[in-house]
Amino acid sequence: MEWNFRNDQPIYSQLTQRLTEAIVSGIYAPGEKLPSVRDLAVEAGVNPNTVQRALSELEREGLVFSQRTAGRFVTESENMIVNAKLRIADERVGTFLRSMKTLGCNKQEVISLIEGAKEEEE
Amino acid sequence: MSILECRALSKSYGAKAALSGVDLTIEPGRIVGLLGPNGSGKTTLIKLANGLLTPTSGEILIDGRKPSRATKAIVSYLPDRSTLPGWMSIAQALDYYGDFYADFRRGVAEQMLMNLGLDRTQKIKTLSKGMREKTQLILTMSREAKLYLLDEPIGGVDPATRDYILRTIISNYSEDAAVIISTHLIADVEQVLDEVVFLREGQVMLHESVEQIRDEKGKSVDELFREVFRC
Repeated sequence: MEWNFRNDQPIYSQLTQRLTEAIVSGIYAPGEKLPSVRDLAVEAGVNPNTVQRALSELEREGLVFSQRTAGRFVTESENMIVNAKLRIADERVGTFLRSMKTLGCNKQEVISLIEGAKEEEE
Repeated sequence: MSILECRALSKSYGAKAALSGVDLTIEPGRIVGLLGPNGSGKTTLIKLANGLLTPTSGEILIDGRKPSRATKAIVSYLPDRSTLPGWMSIAQALDYYGDFYADFRRGVAEQMLMNLGLDRTQKIKTLSKGMREKTQLILTMSREAKLYLLDEPIGGVDPATRDYILRTIISNYSEDAAVIISTHLIADVEQVLDEVVFLREGQVMLHESVEQIRDEKGKSVDELFREVFRC
């Protein structure tokens, strides 16, 4: 994974986002054990307390659970993962629509553009 | 208990005040950036913490005690210039640290020498500036201390070594130990830090968590520093 962080946001929230994407996209499979706080911190080059905070956040959201001594694992609930995926997708569609609006495209135009792009791909 | 505590700490060199009225508390388990322009008092503060200087007034406590032989056993210090005798080989420097400090981890040091491609038979005086800094850093980080005082640890090395050093600081992290890093290279270190202390003309002008700064101000510590200390 590439770990580049933006300057204008807390690092833990960017980490939470990055780890959520990794779970949604299957880099970390359902039920899989996550790397330790130390290993994640070294890999991402960030403070261990920041990693701890990001993981606690994921735990609170239910995407990750911890087992007292064995470490942290990705949820086994496919539902939870699909929900996370939809949440991220929804956010990105919102961002995309706002940028299209800036260009002056209305919703109808955006839809036909998307359909056009899809046909090209197929 | 705090690992470092300064109460109304002042240090003057003759008529020139290097630090004045510093109140500062650092807890274990924290990685702290000591930031400020040249001459703002960073090195003076670090030297007071390891007993190389004595306060003009006020006090500084390490783990509740005044700097002494006992505190030196738990403080690992990386000076801002090389202090190793030139005639020593790297291996002898390791022996030297092993003799002086009960918490020196020889195996950790040997591993780091390998990772950084240093030849243990080479004499200190024949090392390049960068290699000398790497050697000194290896010695400092190989101790299992409770307080690490790193004065400009990444100033003189290439970006790849800089990454290695920062990763070493991260992987060496312990809840029982604090790390204080003084540096000008804020952008390189800020994601490794829990909190930052801004020094200006010998006084603490800000002591804040990195995440708090990003959250409240919507900018990085580096950006904030450039703004606050604009020339």
